[in-house]
Amino acid sequence: MWVAMTAFGVMVVFLFAFALETNRVRLAPVFPGILWMAFLFAGIIGLGRTYAHEVPEDALTGLALAPGDRMAIFLAKLTTALLFMLSMEIVTTPLFFAFFSEPWDGQWILFGMTLVLGALGIVELGVLLSAISANLRSAEIIFTLLLFPLEIPVLITTVEASTAILSKPMADPWLWLHGLMAYDVIFFALPLLLYEYLWEV
Amino acid sequence: MNHVSVNPDAPYVVVRTVHLEKQIGDREVLRDVSLELGTHATLAVLGPNGAGKTTLLRVLAGIWGPSGGQLWRFDKPVVGEVRTDARIGYLGHQSFLYPALTALENLTFYGRLWNLDHPHARARDMLRRVGLTWSQNDPVKIYSRGMLQRAAIARMLLPDPQLLLLDEPYTGLDAEAQEFLDHTLITYRDRGGTTLLITHNVQDVLRISDAVTILIGGKLVWWAPLGGWNPERLTAHYQECLRGGKGYP
Repeated sequence: MWVAMTAFGVMVVFLFAFALETNRVRLAPVFPGILWMAFLFAGIIGLGRTYAHEVPEDALTGLALAPGDRMAIFLAKLTTALLFMLSMEIVTTPLFFAFFSEPWDGQWILFGMTLVLGALGIVELGVLLSAISANLRSAEIIFTLLLFPLEIPVLITTVEASTAILSKPMADPWLWLHGLMAYDVIFFALPLLLYEYLWEV
Repeated sequence: MNHVSVNPDAPYVVVRTVHLEKQIGDREVLRDVSLELGTHATLAVLGPNGAGKTTLLRVLAGIWGPSGGQLWRFDKPVVGEVRTDARIGYLGHQSFLYPALTALENLTFYGRLWNLDHPHARARDMLRRVGLTWSQNDPVKIYSRGMLQRAAIARMLLPDPQLLLLDEPYTGLDAEAQEFLDHTLITYRDRGGTTLLITHNVQDVLRISDAVTILIGGKLVWWAPLGGWNPERLTAHYQECLRGGKGYP
């Protein structure tokens, strides 16, 4: 899954680089938006298939029959998706900076934190929606239609935080980072409340 | 109707439901289901499509919680959040296996999930018992329906369960595999195991069950021990129940 996500992310880098003529046009103001749009699209490619291996033979019920808390299944899926997402970001972020000629001299700890919190926000909701839509007809359409509007807060906060961090001089990104943290906490707690109910959907 | 009771004099009651109910959305799928199964007992459940048979099995297995009534498993009431139990083997309509993995990998994975000792060795042994050694290293996605069902039976028996919940287990099995499953279930009961199986086939019921019950519209409408029944009589009686025939015995 992460290979497909990363390959997609790299392709988006090249496509944007060629389409926007990054060597001639200064794209600094829109760079964070392009970066996070690419991450969101790459994330969707992987997240939509979070439960794809379980669906054909209903292996999810097989997992549910095992002793232990069913929440472990969700947390395992979430952890894996987060690792895949972070791997994709680690590979594609330097490429974005290189192709968009963005200077590589910002507050990298804060930028790294934004990447992790943003990835968490994308995968938390993605894994939850993937669980909801796994056994539904038109699962992919339902997943995508629900995911995009609900990811808007992640997109706004990550883009604004990234813009603040990459600006010269650096602006204060904490308002946006706190918003992102709040979103992550909410969408971490929500599945804990809903997950038992989801088994009966 | 009196509640279904198969071998209630056994050392302990393996599964008991008292006025069990299950509602999904607005629909009452199970209504007032009361049954009791001791050890050394096999109960067959007959019923039309949509009667609630699979729902009954899923509630007994702990995959879904009941909406009302009481559920006892292994002589203990299930209170609070319903959970599955490692002593229950469940065979559903699908195999619960990962198509991309081999049968051996699948069973080893489930063995680890169940915290079994030596999962790889147990998986190999179980695949030998169901006659799939020759194909244990093939991905499950290339298996025929019958082979898949054998692999699913192996998965179900892997943790050595005390209660088997089988949802149409004979589907897709050839004559040899049917004979194998008959032998497995009869041996299992003789060793003290308890089985509740769903089937549409009266012949299956008479071959391996101690008692039969009929579930219609989420309600157990009739049950009887199987001594003295033949296929024709049981089929006629089942059809009368389906027609809503007057006066269940």
